[in-house]
Amino acid sequence: MGQQVINGFFLGSIYALFAVGYTLVFGVLDILNLAHQAVFMLGAFCALALVGGLHLSFALALPLAVLFSGAMGILLDRIAFRPLRGRAHSNMSGLISSIAAATIFEAIALQIFGPDVSRFPFGSFPDRQFRVAGAVVSTIQLTIVAVSVVLMALLTYLLKKTRLGRQIRAVAESPRAARILGINVDRVIAASFFISSALGGAAGVLFALAFNNLSPDMGRSVELKGLAVIILGGMGSVTGAVTAGFAIGLIEVFTVAYLGSSYRDAVSFAVLFLVLLVWPRGLFGRVALREA
Amino acid sequence: MGALEDFFLTYQSAIAFIGIDALLALSVYATLSCGQLSLANAGFMAIGAYTAALLTLHTRLPFAVTLIAGALAPAVIAVPLGLPVLRLRGVFLAIATIGFGEVVRLGLVNWDYTNGALGLVSIPQRARLWTIYLVLAIALYFFSRLRGSRMGYALEAIREDEAAARTMGIDTTAAKLSMFVLGAALAGLAGGLEAHFTFMVAPAGYDFSRAVDMLVYAVVGGATSYLGPPVGAAFLTLLPEVLRAIGSTVGLTPGPLRLFVSGAILLAVVLFLPNGIISFSARFGALTTRRERS
Amino acid sequence: MLLALDAVQRAFGGVRAVDGASFMVGQGEIHGLIGPNGAGKTTLLNLVSGFLRPTSGSIKLADRRIDALPPHKIAVLGIGRTYQNIRLFPALAAMENVLVGEHLVRDAPLWKRLLLMRAARAEERSARAKALALLERVGLLARAGTPARDLSYGEQRRVEIARALASDPRVLLLDEPTAGMNASEVTSIANLIRQVAKEGHSVLLVEHNVQLVMDICHRITVLNFGKVIADGEPAAIAKDPAVIAAYLGSEP
Repeated sequence: MGQQVINGFFLGSIYALFAVGYTLVFGVLDILNLAHQAVFMLGAFCALALVGGLHLSFALALPLAVLFSGAMGILLDRIAFRPLRGRAHSNMSGLISSIAAATIFEAIALQIFGPDVSRFPFGSFPDRQFRVAGAVVSTIQLTIVAVSVVLMALLTYLLKKTRLGRQIRAVAESPRAARILGINVDRVIAASFFISSALGGAAGVLFALAFNNLSPDMGRSVELKGLAVIILGGMGSVTGAVTAGFAIGLIEVFTVAYLGSSYRDAVSFAVLFLVLLVWPRGLFGRVALREA
Repeated sequence: MGALEDFFLTYQSAIAFIGIDALLALSVYATLSCGQLSLANAGFMAIGAYTAALLTLHTRLPFAVTLIAGALAPAVIAVPLGLPVLRLRGVFLAIATIGFGEVVRLGLVNWDYTNGALGLVSIPQRARLWTIYLVLAIALYFFSRLRGSRMGYALEAIREDEAAARTMGIDTTAAKLSMFVLGAALAGLAGGLEAHFTFMVAPAGYDFSRAVDMLVYAVVGGATSYLGPPVGAAFLTLLPEVLRAIGSTVGLTPGPLRLFVSGAILLAVVLFLPNGIISFSARFGALTTRRERS
Repeated sequence: MLLALDAVQRAFGGVRAVDGASFMVGQGEIHGLIGPNGAGKTTLLNLVSGFLRPTSGSIKLADRRIDALPPHKIAVLGIGRTYQNIRLFPALAAMENVLVGEHLVRDAPLWKRLLLMRAARAEERSARAKALALLERVGLLARAGTPARDLSYGEQRRVEIARALASDPRVLLLDEPTAGMNASEVTSIANLIRQVAKEGHSVLLVEHNVQLVMDICHRITVLNFGKVIADGEPAAIAKDPAVIAAYLGSEP
């Protein structure tokens, strides 16, 4: 049982890190960014290229890949979202625009890396296992959880204690009011995309580290699960995304242990439906969900 | 004569798929026309395809009957699904419908009776080109009559401003639900037709990317008129064929190129031509997306 | 009395936007609703048309409680409205907007249109003719085919009124219909409202143009901070000290 908890925690930390970026952009822009999973994938492949191609150490490759992902996020904002600002029905067109961007990113990855599974070269990361209170824990798992937690803590600090964080929260509350207060809304949104995509890319690197299975469509299933996480957590809430990420990770692991692996994905969607139909705001959400 | 027959046979499947994709695009248009973004239709298509396929394989019912059953099954399911889900705002509706699609797919993957992930094979080919295009023609006729009708205007009003539409006495819940059910039926029809054309059904064919494809056909073609989605479907279904020809001369592998170009086209449409391909011709005054001038 | 509000209250969190409002509107009556900004006038209209539900109190139309009904059912019972910030359907032409307004009074089953029945075409022609007639009444026949978003502000207001009239409502709620209009436009709207009332519709008129309200209303209710501070005929209202105090300096 302790083993399940550890596995669930570790899986959950990746989900949480992914979901946090997802929900941040939604909170700020009111748009579901379906290209987030593509950045997740690009982050992983960037790390792969750095470690496998340039033989950099993992400790160096991770922050570089994270920065790269952040840059991709800014690019994404510029080409797919900014031109749409101010249009009517912008969240629907933003959604479709993000789908387009994701497709383009995926195509590029497909061209460079091919459709087959890629892996980190053997020995890129020390993988030792040891026992803690009767359960098996690996250095990989520890690293992943540690990195995720640190990044999420940094984000929370940024949002609560820094000026940029306050500006982000102001824009999330009301872009119009924020503009009147003199905040450069476009710049804040770009920063939000940087942060969101950096975290998404980090999640991708950690995911690749955990499962050592990279392919251009690796983001698809995580994206859908990520939806369950942000809905459960409450759209736009970072605390919610973190909590729900761990929750879903744990739920998934326990489901596989006690009900069998065929129910693994179904459970997340069952949760998704239940939340949407019964308590659409999720755990920490504050957004209005029903039509007027 | 032989060459013409060969040509036709080669492209017959492409033409058939255009017809099926056009139906799928129309099924998404049904909900888009009243402002709802639903990604449930891959799930409904799966339900329709499997229903029709199972009936064909296990009973002696004629194709017309199994096809209609394939349209009714998802339509019936759409009602209890739609009632709670259509009350959700924009993005949340989209997410709920994505969830539905995944639940259907996962259910099929895990259902032994239908061979799980392998699906059903050896479905007799009962759907001919003319069947597909007959169904498409009926669907197009329906939409052409819907536009300009009292219900058609009500749907447009809902799309523009649902709350204001309500104060005009329009029962927006009933209207949205009707379109949701219609979309489900059309997707089911498309599924049944495809199953009886390609001999097989498998869960992988009805996943999230299928749902996205349908949406993309409708958006690229133009979602302000019922003529847009079929145009989008034709354009995007023919695209890979054209690209394959180009790609082999340029030396790029077909897969990534096709993906890149479809992504680029979608982005270009969203940014520069938001009313889709058919809005091109509107500029020349030929087909208009607005109704007859008074 | 056609429309009766009784101790209607609507609170948002701790704030009472409408606080114990009671008044009545009779058949064919033009009833003004005035008050300083933020007094709760639009909230009250939203309560009557069903966008909001009162936290307490009742709203009755012809002795039938409507405060718990959804907006489209209230519309069926005969309430039509315009909006302070104009809610036309932007992509639809002026005439089409009015056509949508006719929704409740049209007899147009879809199956008849599917079968290309002549009755369907006849019905459509008469619906369009009626829409055009309504546009002519507000002086906008020439702009019938223009998309609503391309109309000028004043034109949009007038189309909205035509649209609200299209369903032949028993009570017409008008939310600042003359905002942004010049003097001659205001006069023609005033005449239109008088005519509409004479035809038997009741009008609940929210307005900032106090002069207009004094001119055409049979009775006036004055709101301040969500409360009714005066209710009566224009002459009495003009002399009411509470009204004068509330309004000092707030006339546009």
